[in-house]
Amino acid sequence: MTFNLFLQHLTNGVSLGSLYALIAIGYTMVYGILRLINFAHGDIFMMAVYFSFFGVATFGMPWYVSFVVAIILTCFLGMLVERAAYKPLRESPKVNILVSAIGASFLLQNLAVVVFGGRPKAFPTVNLFQQVMTIGAVSLQRLTLIIPVASLTLLFGLLFLINNTKSGMAMRAVSKDHETARLMGVDVNRTITLTFGIGSALAAIGGIMWGMKFPQINPAMGIMPGLKCFIAAVIGGIGNITGAVLGGFILGVGEIMIVAMLPSLTGYRDAFAFILLIVILLFKPTGIMGEKISEKV
Amino acid sequence: MKKKVAILLVFVLTISLILVGCTPKEANAPAPADDVIRIGVFQPITGANAAGGALEVEGAKLANELYPTVLGKRVELVVVDNKSDKVEAASAAARLVEKEKVVAIIGSWGSSLSMSAGDIVKNAKVPAVAASATNPLVTLGNDYYFRVCFLDPFQGTVMANYAFNKLGAKKVAIMQEVSNDYAVGLAKFFTDSFVQLTGDKDAIVAVSNYNTGDQDFSAQLQNIASKNPDVIFAPGNFTESALIIKQARQQGIQIPFIGGDTWETPEFIEIGGAEVEGAVFSTFFTSETPITAESEVFLREYRAKYGKEPAAVTALGYDAYLVILAAIEKAGSADPVKIRDEIAKTTDFEGAAGMITLDANGDAIKSAVIKVVKNGEFKYQDTIEPTK
Repeated sequence: MTFNLFLQHLTNGVSLGSLYALIAIGYTMVYGILRLINFAHGDIFMMAVYFSFFGVATFGMPWYVSFVVAIILTCFLGMLVERAAYKPLRESPKVNILVSAIGASFLLQNLAVVVFGGRPKAFPTVNLFQQVMTIGAVSLQRLTLIIPVASLTLLFGLLFLINNTKSGMAMRAVSKDHETARLMGVDVNRTITLTFGIGSALAAIGGIMWGMKFPQINPAMGIMPGLKCFIAAVIGGIGNITGAVLGGFILGVGEIMIVAMLPSLTGYRDAFAFILLIVILLFKPTGIMGEKISEKV
Repeated sequence: MKKKVAILLVFVLTISLILVGCTPKEANAPAPADDVIRIGVFQPITGANAAGGALEVEGAKLANELYPTVLGKRVELVVVDNKSDKVEAASAAARLVEKEKVVAIIGSWGSSLSMSAGDIVKNAKVPAVAASATNPLVTLGNDYYFRVCFLDPFQGTVMANYAFNKLGAKKVAIMQEVSNDYAVGLAKFFTDSFVQLTGDKDAIVAVSNYNTGDQDFSAQLQNIASKNPDVIFAPGNFTESALIIKQARQQGIQIPFIGGDTWETPEFIEIGGAEVEGAVFSTFFTSETPITAESEVFLREYRAKYGKEPAAVTALGYDAYLVILAAIEKAGSADPVKIRDEIAKTTDFEGAAGMITLDANGDAIKSAVIKVVKNGEFKYQDTIEPTK
């Protein structure tokens, strides 16, 4: 493989990885706070893509308006799912919430089939992002560069929010211990809602970029990315935001490189993610950047 | 605790797999009344192949509206969704024969989906007529599966000839949907034929795989482009194929793409946009040159009802219904086994997409049509007659 070809593969991998990273953040944030794997996250991602699709296709909004509206709607959808499916069960055993999460996932997916229809639709293209550029011997869409830049910017923004603001401090407190945080005057419910809102907004941004990169959308499109981003979150250390982003990049670049270097194994590209998950769970269940979880007294 | 997290995660994954695999059981359908004959329409209504399924359903429904009765009884179409999934397809077919008690089945779009139903229709002794499933294995060794379209060995030859003679290609790369029996079969027949035409064992410079539902093809495309083929043959589902061509163009790869009959759906152009301009594929039928008197009827009624040009598979869905109806008429009964025997005898039957004569395997021998995407529409280019 020539160096140029390698570079081309690498940019493609980084671009795919940043999309995974954005969605993985949502998983990891919710896990950090509720110790819950939000299985509806992949479907919230799917809904975001449909929202922006209808904004442009049905309501004729310019793309930037439609994208903003979609992000806000998705935010509310995420909070609604939390209110309806998780909050009433917060004191129940963990497995109940988990089943509720899976239920919410199926509900959203089937709702999408009924309301939006099962046939795949074409996501509107935005010429500004779609143009092909050539840098050296590497030719790529503008979007391929925009995605990682946007993802990293959002990551740093989020880290700033968590480490330097009051809401962020509340989030950190709630993730350590709900009861103590409440005693210290933190509004736990508000903090959890905020977490879902932010996680869903990031999924929406990821979804919109996904839609532009792979302009074919259908109600089942959230399943595979959802599972893979969950894996990315576990690889990085679930609960750790930087870890989730790292996991996303590892997964994205790994997938592309498998296809690139070992063409005969292309059919196993999805299996790669799951094998990686098993290996991580066997040897380092807390993930690359996960902290050791000490048993609470 | 480390262990607990690990065990919990493994547990969760297992549960999610089990849940994904389950489908809710539908309520028992009412037993058909005596004056109704039920024909099953076995098609992907949701999922990746939904657009293809919808086109065939349109054809079958139109035929049902024009010819609603047989033996003095009303014909009712029972549409079931096989969800573009091989496992779901088997249970959808089982539902048609066990619960809905249909006397015959139309479909499915997609050879893999049809093959999943193969054993079920054979064991239940209910005849099935596929409209556009082109893989030889659909009907081979199955006395209860028939089809009203040509087969992939022929289609592969047609496209290999097109690449060699019309495009002057010497080196071809193949990009196949490896989890799709249709795509793998067609790629193989194309390869055999192309190698024979060029006399060059290495005429296929690269073979790249992808899975149904994949969305990112950048790595495969880069690998293929680095081998500098003259043409890329990419048989597969229309959604993935449109994405492949789109991504190739977006990465600056300008090699022409050719494919098979599955491309002819409105979604192929909608998703592919300007990037699929010039894509060439083989299919069954063109509305630009009607073949039979039935074609005229079909075209007139279809245009009146839907206000657009019909796709080839719509005409075949229409034909599958007519073949079954004629067989019921001749059998003089709604007994599935008798209907099967009559379908097997179909000779010189006038369908909308040409004359149908079924051979010993239950396959129709028909000509192929080459179409190209031009100005956002499928345009007729050529007709290729089968070699006798």
